[in-house]
Amino acid sequence: MTATASRPAATIFRRPAATTGFWSWITTVDHKKIGVMYGYTAFTFFLFGGIEALLIRVQLAGPNGDFLTAAEYNALFTTHAVTMVFLFVMPAAAAFMNYLLPLMIGARDVAFPRMNALSFWIFLMGGLFLYSVIFFSDPQAPLGIADATGTTVAGNLDPSYNTLLGGLPDGGWFLYQPNAGPSYSPGLAIDFAALGLQILGVASLISSVNFIVTIFNMRAQGMRLLRMPVFVWMMLVVAFLLLFSLPIIAIALFMVTFDRSFGTSFFQAASGGDPILWQHLFWLFGHPEVYILILPAMGIVSEVIPVFSRKPLFGYAAIVFAGAGIGFLGFGVWAHHMFASGITPVAQAAFGLATMTIAIPTGIKIFNWLGTMWGGKLRFTTPMLFAVGFVSQFVIGGLSGVTHAIVPSDWQQTDTYWIVGHFHYVLFGGAIFGIFAGLYYWFPKITGRVMNETLGKLHFWIQFIGFNLTFAPMHWLGLQGMVRRTWRYAPEMNMGPWNLAATVGAFIIALAVLIFMVNWIWSRRKGQPSGLDPWDARTIEWTIPNPTPEYNFASNPVVHSLDDFWHLKYSEDDEGRPVRRPDADDLVVRLDHEGRNPTEPIHLPNPSYFPFIMSLGLPMIGYGVIWHTALWGKILIGLGALTTIGGLLGWGMEPLEEPHDDHGHDGHGEPAIAH
Amino acid sequence: MSDSTIEVEVDHHGEHESTGIEHRKLGMWVFLSSEFLFFGALISNYLLYGGRDFDSVVPRDIYDIPFTSFSSFVLLMSSLTMVLSHDALARDDQHQARTWLFATAALGTVFLGGQVFEFTEFIEVYGMTLTTNPASSSFYLLTGFHGVHVAIGVLMLFSLFGISLRRGRLSERQGLNLELVGLYWHFVDIIWIVIFTLVYLLSAS
Repeated sequence: MTATASRPAATIFRRPAATTGFWSWITTVDHKKIGVMYGYTAFTFFLFGGIEALLIRVQLAGPNGDFLTAAEYNALFTTHAVTMVFLFVMPAAAAFMNYLLPLMIGARDVAFPRMNALSFWIFLMGGLFLYSVIFFSDPQAPLGIADATGTTVAGNLDPSYNTLLGGLPDGGWFLYQPNAGPSYSPGLAIDFAALGLQILGVASLISSVNFIVTIFNMRAQGMRLLRMPVFVWMMLVVAFLLLFSLPIIAIALFMVTFDRSFGTSFFQAASGGDPILWQHLFWLFGHPEVYILILPAMGIVSEVIPVFSRKPLFGYAAIVFAGAGIGFLGFGVWAHHMFASGITPVAQAAFGLATMTIAIPTGIKIFNWLGTMWGGKLRFTTPMLFAVGFVSQFVIGGLSGVTHAIVPSDWQQTDTYWIVGHFHYVLFGGAIFGIFAGLYYWFPKITGRVMNETLGKLHFWIQFIGFNLTFAPMHWLGLQGMVRRTWRYAPEMNMGPWNLAATVGAFIIALAVLIFMVNWIWSRRKGQPSGLDPWDARTIEWTIPNPTPEYNFASNPVVHSLDDFWHLKYSEDDEGRPVRRPDADDLVVRLDHEGRNPTEPIHLPNPSYFPFIMSLGLPMIGYGVIWHTALWGKILIGLGALTTIGGLLGWGMEPLEEPHDDHGHDGHGEPAIAH
Repeated sequence: MSDSTIEVEVDHHGEHESTGIEHRKLGMWVFLSSEFLFFGALISNYLLYGGRDFDSVVPRDIYDIPFTSFSSFVLLMSSLTMVLSHDALARDDQHQARTWLFATAALGTVFLGGQVFEFTEFIEVYGMTLTTNPASSSFYLLTGFHGVHVAIGVLMLFSLFGISLRRGRLSERQGLNLELVGLYWHFVDIIWIVIFTLVYLLSAS
C-alpha cells in the first residue's frame, strides 16, 4: 500500500516531467516559478481591487452620487479591502519571499518544496473561491437594518443592485458581528468571505512554517542569523506573526461559519452571544496583520536604500531588533481598534500606551534609513525613488497612526475618513511603494533585463502625485466629519471639492499603474540586458547569473560577512570610504561564467501533481459547507475531503526526488543538470 | 569530483540543516506552536461563555467528572506508551516498538469512544446540543476540535502500525515519522490536560 522513499513508488500518476508549458507550471516545485506565479496572481487581484477602488471614487466624486446603489457600494468597499489585504499585499510579499529567500540565504530551494507549491495553489483556490460568490449572488438579500425576524427597522436604502457587484461580500473587511451574522446579512456573500479567508489562512500558515524552517535550517555556510539580509529578517518576523495570528482568526471564522450555517450564536447578541468577542478575536489577528503587510516592504527598502547609497545599512542590528520588536508589540495593541466599543478605561489606557510604544521601534527604522542615506553617494534610480517614497509617505501614515493611540482623539477620528487616509498612507504609501521598489530592483533576477528607467521614473512621479492627491484630502475630510463607509453625502456638508480631488487622484494612480504595466511588458522583451550585477549590489542573490538559473547556485556559496558580495568587490581606504578592488570586474565576469556552468551534478526536487490536487479539495469543502443542507452539498464535502486526503496519500507515497545515482543518470531526464 | 564525497553529500540536496534539527521535526515544532494559539482561542472562548447563565442547560451543570477523569487518564497513559514505543525503536526493538505503538493508537481510540459517549449522553439525556446556547456551542467547538486532533493522531498511529506490520520493521525514515507523530500526540495530550483542568474541573458546578 504505502511505499517509502527508498524504492521508486508506484504512484497513481507518472511523475510529471514537463519543464516548459502549462503542466510545468501546474506541477512545479521550484521556488522561483512559484514566486512568479504568486506575483502575477497577486497583481491580477491588485487590478481587481484597483477597479473596485475607482468605482468607489466615482460614486463619491460629488455629493448625492448615484453611480452605485448602497448595496453595491457596501460590496465594493468590502471587497476592495479584502482583495488588497489578502489577495494582493500578502501574496505579493509571498512572491518576493518565495523568489528571494533561498537566493538570499544561499539555498537551492525552500525546506519543503512541495508544501510551497501547495501554499500557492491553496491561495489561488481561496481567491477564486472568494470571488466566485458573484455567480451565486442572492437577489433576495435585504438591505438596511433588519431585526431578527427580517423586518427592516432602520434605513430606507435603495434595495436594487447589479447582481455582479452587489453580490460581493459586504460586511466590511472586519466582518463585524452580528452585522455580518445570519440575521442581518442573510445572503451567501459573508459565507463566501468567511470560508474564503479560512482557505487563504491555510495557505499562509503552510508557507509560514515552510519559511521559518527554511530560514533556520537552509542557510549557506557562514550565513549566520545576523548576516542575513534585512529582508529575510523581516520576513522571518512576518512568518512568526502569521504563525501566531492565523490560528486565532481561523477559530473566529469557524465561529462565524457555525453561526451562519449551523445555528450557533457565538456572536448573535439576540441569543446570548457576545459581539465584542468577535472584535477581540478579529483584532488579535487584525493588528498583527497590519505588520504582516508592512514589514515585507520595510525589508525591501532596507535592501534597496544601502545599494543606492553605496553605504552599509546604518545600524543593521538595530533595524533587525526593531523589526522583531514591532512584531512582538504588535500582539499587544489590538484593542486600540476598539476604543469606541466600550472597553474599560484601564484597558483603554493600557492599549493606548502600548500603541504609543510601537512608535519607538518604527522610529528607529526611519532613522536607520535616513542614516543610511546620510552622506551616502545617492543614485536616484527608480527602485531608490520608490524606497525613498516609502520612507516619506510611511512617516506621514505613521504619525497619523500615533494619533489613534490617544483615546479621546481616537473617539473623534474613529470611523471617519481620517482613518481611511491614515491606513492608506501606511498600506499604499508604505507597503505598495515598497513592493514597487522591490519589483524594479529585482526585475533583472527574473528576466535578465533591467526595467526602463524613463518609464519607471514617470511611473513613480505620477503615482506619487496621484497618491497624495487621493489620500491627503481624506485627512481633512475626516476632520470635517466625513464618515467612513458612507455611500453618499449631502451637498451642504461641503465635502464635494476634496472628494473630487481624491477621485481625480485615484485615476492618476490608475494611469501610473498602467505605465508600470507597459514598462513591465516592454522590458521583459526589450529591456536592456542586466548582466550579473546591474545595481552594484551588496547581497549574495546578485552573485549568480540573471535570470536565475534553475539550480540557483552552481556551487554552494560560503558567506564571510554581512553584505558579502560588496566586500568581495570593495575594500576600504583609511577613512573608511569604499575602494573598488582592481579585480572586481573580473570577479563579476567569473561569477557569471561559473554560475552558468556547474561543475558537478545538481539534483533538484522533482515536480509533482499532488500539491495542485490537494488544493482542489478545499474549495469543494467550502461549497459543500455553504450548501450543506442539500444532499449534493454533503456529497461535495465528502469529495473534497477525499481529494485532499487522496492528494496527501499520493504525496506521501511519492519521494521528493526520484532515486538517482551520482553519475548524471536520471530516470526522468530532469532536472539533474550535469556538467 | 568523487573524492570530495563529504562536500557533495552536504551539497547535493542542499539539505544540510543549519540548526542540526531535521527539517520536518523543526517544522512540526513550529506548527505545534501555532496550534497552541488555535486552542488558546477556543479555550478563551469557552472561559468567556462557560460560566454565564442561560435559560437552557449549560455544560458545567452536567459534567460527569469521574467519567472524564477516567478518559483523561487513558489519554495520559497513551503518552506514556508513545514514549515507550519511541524508546523501543531507538533501541531497535522492533517488536516492542510496534506493540506500544498499537497500545497508543488503541488508547487514543478508547478516548475518542469516551468522547462519543459523553456527547451522546449530553445530547440524548440532557438535551444539550451544539446550538442550545453559546456555552454549549463553545464546549462542543473546543472539545470537538480536540477530538478531531486526536482522531488525526490515531489515524497516523494506525498507519505507522500498518507499515510496521507489513514490512516487519520501521525504517529509519519511519522512525522519524514516529517521532513526529509522537510530538503531535504529546501536544494533543498536553492540550487535553489544560482543557480538563480549566474547562471541566475548575468550571464544574
